[in-house]
Amino acid sequence: MATVALENVGKVYPGGVEAVKGVTLDIPDGSFTVLLGPSGCGKSTLLRMIAGLETITTGTCRIADRIVNDVEPADRDIAMVFQNYALYPHMSVYDNMAYGLRNRRTPKDEIDRRVKDAARILAIGDYLDRKPRALSGGQRQRVALGRAIVRDPKVFLFDEPLSNLDAKLRVATRIELRKLHERLGTTSIYVTHDQVEAMTLGDRVVVMREGTVQQVGPPLELYNKPANTFVAGFIGSPPMNFADVSFTERDGRLVAEADSIQIVVPEPMRRRIGRSTGRTATLGIRPENLRIATPDADRSNAITGVVQVVEHLGAESLVAVDAGGHLLIAKADPTVAFASNETVRLTPDPEALHFFDSTSGAAL
Amino acid sequence: MEKRVVFRSAWLPYALLAPQLVITAVFFVWPASQALYQSVLLEDAFGLKSQFVWADNFTALFRNSDYVSSFGRTAVFSILVAGLAMGIALLLAVMADHVIRGATTYKTFLIWPYAVAPAVAGALWVFMFNPRIGIVAYAMHSFGYDWNHQIKGEDAFALITVAAVWKQISYNFVFFLAGLQAIPKSLLEAAAIDGAGPGKRFRSIVLPLISPTSFFLLVVNIVYAFFDTFGIVHATTSGGPAKATEILVYKVFNDGFIGLDLGSSAAQSVILMTIVILLTVVQFKYIERKVAY
Amino acid sequence: MVERRPWLTLLAHVTLAIGVLMVAFPIWVTFVASTHRPEDIMTAPIPLWPGTQLLANYSELLFSGLKNPSAGGVPLWRMMANSLVMALIIAIGKIVLSFMAAFAIVYFRFPFRMAAFWLIFMTLMLPVEVRIVPTFKVVADLGMLNSYAGLTVPLLASATATFLFRQFFLTVPDELAEAARMDGAGPLRFMKDILLPLSTTNIAALFVIMFTFGWNQYLWPLLMTTDRQYMTVVMGIQRMINVADTDPQWPMVMAAVILAMLPPVAIVVVLQKWFVKGLVETEK
Repeated sequence: MATVALENVGKVYPGGVEAVKGVTLDIPDGSFTVLLGPSGCGKSTLLRMIAGLETITTGTCRIADRIVNDVEPADRDIAMVFQNYALYPHMSVYDNMAYGLRNRRTPKDEIDRRVKDAARILAIGDYLDRKPRALSGGQRQRVALGRAIVRDPKVFLFDEPLSNLDAKLRVATRIELRKLHERLGTTSIYVTHDQVEAMTLGDRVVVMREGTVQQVGPPLELYNKPANTFVAGFIGSPPMNFADVSFTERDGRLVAEADSIQIVVPEPMRRRIGRSTGRTATLGIRPENLRIATPDADRSNAITGVVQVVEHLGAESLVAVDAGGHLLIAKADPTVAFASNETVRLTPDPEALHFFDSTSGAAL
Repeated sequence: MEKRVVFRSAWLPYALLAPQLVITAVFFVWPASQALYQSVLLEDAFGLKSQFVWADNFTALFRNSDYVSSFGRTAVFSILVAGLAMGIALLLAVMADHVIRGATTYKTFLIWPYAVAPAVAGALWVFMFNPRIGIVAYAMHSFGYDWNHQIKGEDAFALITVAAVWKQISYNFVFFLAGLQAIPKSLLEAAAIDGAGPGKRFRSIVLPLISPTSFFLLVVNIVYAFFDTFGIVHATTSGGPAKATEILVYKVFNDGFIGLDLGSSAAQSVILMTIVILLTVVQFKYIERKVAY
Repeated sequence: MVERRPWLTLLAHVTLAIGVLMVAFPIWVTFVASTHRPEDIMTAPIPLWPGTQLLANYSELLFSGLKNPSAGGVPLWRMMANSLVMALIIAIGKIVLSFMAAFAIVYFRFPFRMAAFWLIFMTLMLPVEVRIVPTFKVVADLGMLNSYAGLTVPLLASATATFLFRQFFLTVPDELAEAARMDGAGPLRFMKDILLPLSTTNIAALFVIMFTFGWNQYLWPLLMTTDRQYMTVVMGIQRMINVADTDPQWPMVMAAVILAMLPPVAIVVVLQKWFVKGLVETEK
């Protein structure tokens, strides 16, 4: 077990593309850290640099306090689970798991013991003689995990290992991965573009964009206190609503306004925003923090809009509302019916308002 | 398409490439450059002195009526061979694609001439057409045609054409059948629902879709007719009678090894190389186009 | 088939039957001729049904050879053995060399990589028939005439096989090499443990194509060998046909023809599935 420490790590490809830009990141011993971001954000490149599959252009990578920049992947004491599993198609499940140990000249009975142990943990003992092609997607996934486990490495690296599974299996495997981590306690770094996976699996989530780290923190912290509009928009489903507003002082209260939006900024938030009259900002409200009501006289703290579409998901309904050119999504009680073109009033939860700088996107 | 870099070694790739590259350099590149060099020299009969003569060897070739007629003969030969071998193969492939039962059996019986050496194919057919005992010649005699490829130039030309076509059908057949089987059945079904009969479907769907295969085969067949048929000619007619079957590749060999006219032979080599390079470039353009799809 | 049209199916079968007949008829005639006494094959029409000399002809040919001066009493088994050696060396050599070269080109980045690639590609443009005189001279200067080395080494480079392997390697997922690297396999071990077993189909296909290529070499052995000990069966047939002043001994020649085609034809037919796949893939 080990910590992984990245210091100012950068990757520039021969063509000049800068995939990772000066990332500094400490991954604590025994943590389950998820690298989250859209495709092309550099998360996979970062993982592959930790694995030793990509050279590190700048900065240093330490595993267990040893600088590994120039260490071969096999000598970094890590194991990796690939997106497409990368099982050797011509080898049996047993040989797939044993191959790495054999290359390390591990004694035969030791190999056997470890493979059998891993097979027991993953419940693949019955398939040890089969070739990968005779296995289902889920079973192959387990073999890939098994191949990582038998090595008993300091760090596990996962590169979107669930993305080739169907939705149902993905949820089940997610839970098993979590249990496995609790059991083994090995430092794990997990790359995904799926925010639900990141939120459920990670005890720390690293949100990345265009080669830089946007925010690092426990899942709920990212959800509750996103550092910028990117993180705010990336985490949560459906994504956070944004609207450009300007601040005005009215009756001693600070009001954020746009065409059909008038929202009183609560006192703690106001203090953070500081001197603000005339200033513009981006308002962020999650769909689940918007309450829908029929319009009434008081328009002082609400958003008025026209219902466009209602999506019924069963447990809840998503109502798309056009508020003066801003399309806002609100989660609504499925028992309440809304008609298209009905005018409604959206009331935000004052505790769940987010404001971001209009230009930098950073949270105010 | 490129791999992500996966292995690093300063010497291993060179060591792995070395055998192939050494052989290529010693037995391909060097001789080819020698041919190029020789083609601009005039050597005396004893090979003692040589003189730089620019393009004299080439102009001499094209002023030589033997060479020019050999050129024309080769062109006619390759068009005949490519056309016949491809036409017959396409017909058979279409039929084999049509039948469900027995297609594999037919395939097995049709592909094996691929494995027969050109020279052996020549021997087979020279026996079939032997003026005195050959079964085909006998049949022709009884129809009133006096076949004799040992005397009549056009008969000899027909003989090498038949042998060359016979051997090449299997190759073309394999490609046409693969091309036909790659056509999605749903496309043909859609056309059938639109009211297109088998003939119409063949013209409007099958032919356009196998045109890349046809083009590829055309190039391969021309190369085959130009170069691989040496064995057929050498084993059956030796270029005769009266040079009636002397195609270019046979002439290079004949002038170089029998006539010992090195400058001329080298110039002929260079011309043939140019032809191959042109054909390869054409084929490469086609591959590029295919990639662009 | 899209719809049922019995007459079309019938037409297809008839056409194919004619095609098969066209392809097979010369072989039948050849085989029949090889089972008769020479005097039966002296006048037309020659018989179309096998005779009684099958064993006699073939055993004489195989073990004593023809007594005419140009074929020079070399027993056919000797020529067949030469052909076999030549075909095997060429097939295996081409496969090994191309496999290594393709592996280097695909799995490494190094200076002159593309130059090496193009150099190999150039060999496509230089068939041996085209550069025959200077190539002969190189081999003669190297003292490789009348040897198995001279027969095979100059033919060991193969652009086709290199391309086929390269094409295949490019389809092997990158992750497989990366997983192997994580599992502590260096390049050579990856090549041996992973890539080689994955390439068996391609190797089988190439073996068929290259064995046939090697066995059927004609012009090259014709020039390379003056010593009868190195005569191959394909060139031997030419010597048997082109005899001065007399008729060829047709039954013997035809028996030699049958024997000369047997090995490559057998390999093509037995390994048909792989052969067809490999042949079609070289197009890509």
